[in-house]
Amino acid sequence: MDVCLETDTLILGIGNILWADEGFGVRCVEALNARYAFGDNVRLMDGGTQGLFLLPWVSTVSRLLIFDAIDYGLAAGELRLIRDDDVPQYMGAKKVSMHQTGFQEVLASARLLNGKPEHLALIGVQPEQLDDYGGSLRDGIRQRIPEAIVLACSVLQEWGVPFHERVTPLASVELTGPGELAMTRYELGRSQ
Amino acid sequence: MTETVTANGFKLDTGGQRVVVDPICRIEGHLRIEVNLDDENVIRNAVSTGTMWRGLEVILKGRDPRDAWAFTERICGVCTGVHALASVRAVEDALGIQIPENANHIRNLMMLAQYTQDHLVHFYHLHALDWVDVVSALKADPKATSALQQSISKWPKSSPGYFRGTQARLKRFVESGQLGPFSNAYWGSPAYKLPPEANLMAVTHYLEALDFQREIVKIHTIFGGRNPHPNWVVGGMPCSFSLNETGAINMEWLNLVSSIIDRSIDFVDQVYIPDLKAIASFYTEWTNYGGGLSGKNLMSYGDFPRVANDWSQDNMYLPGGAIINGDLSKVHEVDVRDPEQIQEFVAHSWYKYPDESKGLHPWDGITEPDFELGPNSKGTKTDIKEIDEDAKYSFVKAPRWRGNAMEVGPLARYVVAYARGDKEIKEQVDGLLHDLGLPLTALFSTLGRTAARGLECSWSAHKMREVFDNMLANLKAGDTATSNMDLWEPNTWPADAKGVGHVEAPRGSLGHWVHIKDTKIESYQAVVPTTWNASPRDPAGNIGAYEAALLGTPMANAQQPLEILRTVHSFDPCLACATHVMAPDGEELAIVKVR
Repeated sequence: MDVCLETDTLILGIGNILWADEGFGVRCVEALNARYAFGDNVRLMDGGTQGLFLLPWVSTVSRLLIFDAIDYGLAAGELRLIRDDDVPQYMGAKKVSMHQTGFQEVLASARLLNGKPEHLALIGVQPEQLDDYGGSLRDGIRQRIPEAIVLACSVLQEWGVPFHERVTPLASVELTGPGELAMTRYELGRSQ
Repeated sequence: MTETVTANGFKLDTGGQRVVVDPICRIEGHLRIEVNLDDENVIRNAVSTGTMWRGLEVILKGRDPRDAWAFTERICGVCTGVHALASVRAVEDALGIQIPENANHIRNLMMLAQYTQDHLVHFYHLHALDWVDVVSALKADPKATSALQQSISKWPKSSPGYFRGTQARLKRFVESGQLGPFSNAYWGSPAYKLPPEANLMAVTHYLEALDFQREIVKIHTIFGGRNPHPNWVVGGMPCSFSLNETGAINMEWLNLVSSIIDRSIDFVDQVYIPDLKAIASFYTEWTNYGGGLSGKNLMSYGDFPRVANDWSQDNMYLPGGAIINGDLSKVHEVDVRDPEQIQEFVAHSWYKYPDESKGLHPWDGITEPDFELGPNSKGTKTDIKEIDEDAKYSFVKAPRWRGNAMEVGPLARYVVAYARGDKEIKEQVDGLLHDLGLPLTALFSTLGRTAARGLECSWSAHKMREVFDNMLANLKAGDTATSNMDLWEPNTWPADAKGVGHVEAPRGSLGHWVHIKDTKIESYQAVVPTTWNASPRDPAGNIGAYEAALLGTPMANAQQPLEILRTVHSFDPCLACATHVMAPDGEELAIVKVR
């Protein structure tokens, strides 16, 4: 059980999967984890909307890669890669949900506590719809996941974080979130 | 004629100056408070509005009840475990599932760890800055700070060099212009009373507390297998024990849990409690303000069963009940199943009922949004300038117990347990009051609420030790069962079943009511702590806990609503839970508007 070990790199999906495109960040981490395997020094995390309670992980890593849905006032589905000092202000720019105020504070608190993380990257998408309670990603947003993952891989390579493509399917214990909320089960379980 | 008396006995005056604070939470939005001030800047009317709609009931309808915990864990950004636990308890209740003793021990441990973490984070990160002036800490003398620290606690991190280091770190941070967590405050206000040294000590502990979270969350990670969203299961807990082997929770992990418990006790008793007493001693006038409903009506469901599956109050480590009209000689039993006891009203909430003069028990609950502003409101639906509290004015419903507006949370739990004569709680409360030289009635205040949370944090850290030791004894006696899967398969379930699960969450009483029909969720209603405390008015005219608590408080400066923040934050508000969805606009800092 290595769940308590501290790591150098955190790959974090944030947002609420229950509100349609708000789930983009969490679904990206799920997809990344399904396709690639990482070493012990990397943690993939479904951070939900936990805000300050993510501080224990955020404040101890050197490298933080975030996936999120953010309202930049762009066309729906547009992807952006934001780096380092630009990340906090983007996360505070225009909220699509309340978790981003929290997260901006988490980053500031982590800097104040330990001067970490030293390297930051944010892969964000402009959402199309949020107020479909219990809904999943819109097609136009879902289609951007592979591209978001390519972007993530390039950032991780640049940081020198090793990973490789999986040859065997993911074991259930390796899922980033509970199986009850895995994308297919979540979508099929909705009452018609 | 602007002066009226509410059904629950509070005098309101809607004349004078109107002040709007929106949003009021530091981390989780979106609560809006409007108050009317008289000529002397004393609050004479208060209006609490939740400005978002919840979607939980819609999201869960038709889903597998065994999955509900994972969904409810996502409805709030601050409380995860409490919803998961209420959910599995509700489904177990509906299906008649008995859980093993170990599952009860682990659930108690996880909740106690949650209390410890939540209360620490609330005090230092969300509430302390209402009392502690960060900028003043820069002026402190590290040597005098060290002397102050050593006079109140034996906590080892107390050297002048240590405080000098923190001060330098803080200075660099403030000078960088990135105030971050410290940006949303009123530094330099005359309402701050601490000397610079006490401010530096508190800010230093703010940083230590944030860092200490790292330890406490390991308890959730070990038993829940994952964080920040641990795993739960209907029928018990999804982890397994094997004391001598790897691959399950073994002695090595249990020893780690045990050492974290010891360190939690030390941190709370040597840092949090001494800080709380030191800060409180400068603000004793706050025992006169913020009482609201606390001196009248308080409620707790009771929690932490000693033995699994027994919900009688005698079996609870923290026994519950209701106090009415401040009569501590009588603790009323609360029956969460009785349709006449807990009811939610919507006459002043943005929802529709067929007959809004009546309340509905959660098993019969309806959640149909109806967002219309009252005729005397100002502004538009997307930009409300002033609320009309005579009409519908909040996305929070108004829950009542036998028609009474109730306060819930640590203070309510402590007063109820005190009234029941619980020895541990009584000792703690009497000890603190003695040390501060205050009477019992001082509890019914903003400061009393904040103090009760601190005492409860210490109680929960110590209680983890007791629960852990009981669990270990049970494991060593050979019982390693953690779940009961006898009724896991839907073909073993009745066609129609109703259940209720309740939890005393850190913020207060939480209940989930589920109706299962043909193996799917037919309806699901959650009444969360902030629904009780942030409640709007009801058809009888009773005002809610926040509203009542703000009345009578003098404000030093209407443009700097520190006094409002102190009282509302003393409840540990969590509007994400109570209302559940996103805000329509992108505002982030509190807007104060004076009209």
